[in-house]
Amino acid sequence: MSEAKEGQQHPLAIYLWIWLLLFVLSTFSYLVDYFHLHGMLRWSLIILFMLLKAGFIVAIFMHMAWERLALKLAILLPPLCLLVLVGFMAIEGDYTFLTRGAAFLR
Amino acid sequence: MAHDAQAAALSPLRQVAGDFASDRQAFSVPWGKAMMWIFLLSDTFIFSCFLTSYMNVRFSTLQGWPNPSQVFSLHIGGQDIPLILIAIMTFVLITSSGTMALAVNYGYRKHKRNTVMLLIATAALGATFVGMQAFEWTKLIMEGVRPWGNPWGAPQFGSCFFMITGFHGCHVSAGVIYLLITAKRVGSGFYDKKGTYETVEVAGLYWHFVDLVWVFIFAFFYLW
Repeated sequence: MSEAKEGQQHPLAIYLWIWLLLFVLSTFSYLVDYFHLHGMLRWSLIILFMLLKAGFIVAIFMHMAWERLALKLAILLPPLCLLVLVGFMAIEGDYTFLTRGAAFLR
Repeated sequence: MAHDAQAAALSPLRQVAGDFASDRQAFSVPWGKAMMWIFLLSDTFIFSCFLTSYMNVRFSTLQGWPNPSQVFSLHIGGQDIPLILIAIMTFVLITSSGTMALAVNYGYRKHKRNTVMLLIATAALGATFVGMQAFEWTKLIMEGVRPWGNPWGAPQFGSCFFMITGFHGCHVSAGVIYLLITAKRVGSGFYDKKGTYETVEVAGLYWHFVDLVWVFIFAFFYLW
């Protein structure tokens, strides 16, 4: 961070490029649906475009790329616990599906 | 700031240890920005809980999940175009994120006129988004979607849809009000008296977060 300037000041061009990139990525994710892609190809493309968009918004538009590591770690690490919740709830959802099948589909 | 110059020589991990270990301010950003980030972190957990519960009920239902591609299609020019309204809403929100980023940039340059215009443009695009969402809700309610059932399959579809998009829509509406207040204060010279335009960046963080949440809702609810 340079001392001469106040806050987060960056050239306009970088925002315009990221803006354009977000448009392109959104168009790609819409086209995944439009062309009825299926299976692993569909899911991996959706996740890829989603993560790229989220990454660019957080890193550039929200200026996280230029913040100090202390703030980056404090904000970006805690959401990783959510992966545990997602894992547990996926197992739980599958289990409920199987018990419902056993109880109601005989 | 003196510690910035010292810290520049240290490795990033040593910086972290120093920032957290010393008995002083840990985050060298304005307090408003640190607090906004912590609020957004808590909001991340709320939206993640909604999306995780949606995943759970979608996994566990015995009936088929309604196909969002067909549910959200619009009949334009004699043919059904899948997800078209949602795609337009996505582009509206991304456009508003771009105008917001430019507003923050012009704010720091003390370019008041451009900042106010861009903030108002962002708020207008946000209001457009909420309007389109109201249209979408009306259409689905007329077609018989309720939180407890719908004509196409798993009854949980309605409760997930209204809960997730409703909560997101509330965030957008609150953001529109927040941006208009910020625009008014930029216009009236409030931040010139305060000597800093950082508050515009803090408002920007909130707005970009609303766009960020939509990225995940679009991927998991509408495209999956």
